[in-house]
Amino acid sequence: MTEPLLRVRDLKTYFVTERGGGTARAVDGVSFDVHPGETLGIVGESGCGKTVTSLSILRLIPEPPGHILSGSLIEFEGRNLLTLRPPELRAIRGNEVAMIFQEPMTSLNPVFTVGDQIAEAAIVHQRLPRKRARARAIEMLRLVGIPDPEERVDHYPHQLSGGMSQRVMIAMALVCHPKLLIADEPTTALDVTIQAQILELLDRLQAELGMAVLLITHDLGIVAGTSDRVVVMYAGQVVETAATPELFAHPLHPYTEGLMAAVPRIDTRVSQVRGRLHTIPGQVPAASAWPAGCRFHPRCPYAWDRCTVEEPPLLDAGRGEPGSHAVRCWLLTEPRRRTRQA
Amino acid sequence: MNVRAWLALLGAIAVALAAVGEARRLAARGSRGRRFFRHATASGGLFVLAFFTTVAVAAPLVAPYPPSSMPEIVALRDAPPSLAHPLGTDLYSRDVWSRLVYGARVSLGIGALAMLVALTVGAAAGAVAGYARRWVDPVLMRLVDVGLSIPRIFVLLMAVALWERLPVSALVLVIGLTGWFGTSRLVRAEVLSLREREFVAAARALGARPARIILRHVLPNVAAPLIVSAALGIGSVMLLEASLSFLGIGVPSPVPSWGNMIADGKDQLATAPWTSLFPGLAIAVVVMALTAVGDALRDALDPGRETA
Amino acid sequence: MTAWLVRRVAAAIAIVWAVVTVTFVLVHVAPGTPFLPPAETPVDPAVLERLRSQFGLDRPLSEQYVRYLREIARGNLGESFALHRPVADALAEALPNTLTLAGAALCIEFVLGLALGVYQAARARRFGDVALGNATLFLYSVPTFWLGLLLLVVFGQWLRWFPVGGVVDVVTHESLPWAGRVADRLWHLALPAGTLGLVGAAATARFERAAMLEVLGQDYVRTARAKGLPERRVVLGHALRNALLPFVTLFGLAFPFLLTGAVLVETVFAWPGMGRLAAEAIFRRDYPVVTAAAMLASGMVVLGSLLADLLYAAADPRIRTSAA
Ligand SMILES: Nc1ncnc2c1ncn2[C@@H]1O[C@H](COP(=O)(O)OP(=O)(O)O)[C@@H](O)[C@H]1O
Ligand SMILES: [Mg+2]
Repeated sequence: MTEPLLRVRDLKTYFVTERGGGTARAVDGVSFDVHPGETLGIVGESGCGKTVTSLSILRLIPEPPGHILSGSLIEFEGRNLLTLRPPELRAIRGNEVAMIFQEPMTSLNPVFTVGDQIAEAAIVHQRLPRKRARARAIEMLRLVGIPDPEERVDHYPHQLSGGMSQRVMIAMALVCHPKLLIADEPTTALDVTIQAQILELLDRLQAELGMAVLLITHDLGIVAGTSDRVVVMYAGQVVETAATPELFAHPLHPYTEGLMAAVPRIDTRVSQVRGRLHTIPGQVPAASAWPAGCRFHPRCPYAWDRCTVEEPPLLDAGRGEPGSHAVRCWLLTEPRRRTRQA
Repeated sequence: MNVRAWLALLGAIAVALAAVGEARRLAARGSRGRRFFRHATASGGLFVLAFFTTVAVAAPLVAPYPPSSMPEIVALRDAPPSLAHPLGTDLYSRDVWSRLVYGARVSLGIGALAMLVALTVGAAAGAVAGYARRWVDPVLMRLVDVGLSIPRIFVLLMAVALWERLPVSALVLVIGLTGWFGTSRLVRAEVLSLREREFVAAARALGARPARIILRHVLPNVAAPLIVSAALGIGSVMLLEASLSFLGIGVPSPVPSWGNMIADGKDQLATAPWTSLFPGLAIAVVVMALTAVGDALRDALDPGRETA
Repeated sequence: MTAWLVRRVAAAIAIVWAVVTVTFVLVHVAPGTPFLPPAETPVDPAVLERLRSQFGLDRPLSEQYVRYLREIARGNLGESFALHRPVADALAEALPNTLTLAGAALCIEFVLGLALGVYQAARARRFGDVALGNATLFLYSVPTFWLGLLLLVVFGQWLRWFPVGGVVDVVTHESLPWAGRVADRLWHLALPAGTLGLVGAAATARFERAAMLEVLGQDYVRTARAKGLPERRVVLGHALRNALLPFVTLFGLAFPFLLTGAVLVETVFAWPGMGRLAAEAIFRRDYPVVTAAAMLASGMVVLGSLLADLLYAAADPRIRTSAA
């Protein structure tokens, strides 16, 4: 296998909450790899730590209250981003690793034109003169499928719809042709029809530019159509990871099953599951109060005593290549319990 | 300064410390209280306010001398701080510390009373404007626009120029009557937003009269911003009183106010700086305390909008 | 945009008219007559009567009001009782000095206040922010005239770095070369404008710090960081541009503050401006001067807030492009 582009190992990002409640362990020991050119999906409900994970990669976590614990490793092309000095880090941000966000409307600066905001990264990273940068901005607008780019380039963000804004965000992120694009719920704030267009656009651009994408979403349905591999997150941890077809064919973690049940029609196997588990009962607890034992046990239909006291490690499912499918669940050691409960 | 005055001073400090301690104890019970004391300056501000309030109330005990006594008009004129006169004496040999203590009554009193006037008038006008609408609302609100457009000190200058020397009570009234405009806007906005809410509609449906609805439903809802603006407003009234006294149209002289103490001492500032320095510092410290407490209160009562 | 502008200007004129009316009413409900001399000097009632008719005070109120409005519209603000000259002349003489003082103070206030506020927000809750926060809180809480007096004593009387009062050096000014005269003026301006500017800067810094902190938490600032921009460009380019919008409204609020401060600072530094003119007129019970000064001050406040609104509309693309 090729060297990974991005290696995240045992990432821990905690927040010291002022208003009582102590430390929020928003991301608590997450590891995954992103290989060149591939799409890795990260799924999980809201509050599972997906955004904090993605912000941690580019060290965009507000400090204080947040901090990334030492012992965490974020390696991009062999360099640990966590120990880089600020200028070196800036040379990577927006240049080699770019990011788009969940709320395109508020992520664009209201007082600058779209063109200026797109051109800015090119000016800073590639030292393009203003004129060339503007031409590049127009070119990028055309690339992301915005009509009348020559005119749009001088528009302000408030003159754009949500879908247009996200296209602009994408244009802004890709202006330096990054090797990795981190997309944090790029379609969550958009209408369903627009969602499909944006995903299609990302797919096309990925193929054209040959970049890797870290696609973060709470919707397994989105992951199914776009990702090569999937990481399922719950309560600040990875609970299951596998190649996409494998995951959909053999979801092993009850949480993954629950997520699939919430997605309308993916394949037959899931519809079987759906019969008994439509949505996962309860909700993600606060990051300052993860449950003891398996963090999912209060919501798990199979949980037994062991789950309440002993936290399961990420276990190899023993399917395919070693490590290709891993699950954080005691059911793996006692598979009979699954059927008995059902 | 005698033993009694020193003891009284220590007593005032003790009372203020105890008050802050008690406040902290009570505050620790609720999240609002905890948010209040999370501000580093909140305790200090509260202490300053408690201290000066105690001193003002117990002025005859704390002050070593009567505020206007001129024991030795020649020998003790502009005497520097000493054991007998811890903050020195002024041009007329009056004890600066004693005057500062009695001045606290006047300055804090004017601040609090004028603010009370402003709050009452502002709340009433705002409530009426918000409730009455039709022609009352636009008329009142245009009046507020006008009021906010005349710098307050010019209104006061006019009032003083046109009337004979104003007694202190009239001064309080005038300061209060020129300070309610902002409050009325605040209250009106709240009334307008509450009018449409269910519980007010329900109360109206039950036949409650407007006055009752305003007192029972609207005022409790605006209490938080009003308290904050009152804390900040007292400070600005104190500064205004000082300015007027400095211009010679505030509190008339033998009665000590911190403002007229500065004014009295201003010509000796180079030779006897203590006469003006300490009253100025007293104003600054109290206004700082009010601002600190106001900021902390805002945070405690309205956590959505964090500022300082 | 034009419709909005017309409405806004009309409102401004209406407010000024209301202010004029309020001052008229105040003058006439006030007890006594403006010519009432100090009690110890007896005056012939006939003289008083003649003065009254000379100033038109014996006419019906409605007539006086109409005449008053007409005269004000013509720029005739009446005759000063004490100075024996038209109020408009006295004000015209004083106004440039006040504008110089207020303008200089405004520059100090905005430049210093903005710099401090931005600096504090960028290092929020660290040592520099806390230290400056305490300093600005102190300046914000200090009586303006008291600060002026202290600066006067320290820098004017003890250190003798600056003159203790006046606009120019009355002895040498005329004999100085052109540059020397400018320097002389600036030298006299330093302390009064510094006093007013420092107090204003403290308020501005507190305001701007809060505005910047709010903006620095916005999504688009994170976007700017994610682009790999240097922190300086993030703070001064992306954040400050947005935090300047609420700052523009502060510009409107600065006028009442500056004019109030001018009354006090001009008195402290013997600065022959409008504020001192008004303060001195009080003692002479020269109410035409006081009311005219109040009207002028209100006019400036209204103008200031009108300007602020215009600036805001010009600065915010959301308003600019939608109204254009
Ligand atoms: N700035 C912050 N301060 C305190 N807690 C935070 C902060 N940001 C995120 N968290 C906490 O971290 C957890 C994970 O949040 P997030 O990564 O945004 O979840 P997701 O993106 O999966 O919805 C949540 O419990 C959230 O409350
Ligand atoms: Mg998220």
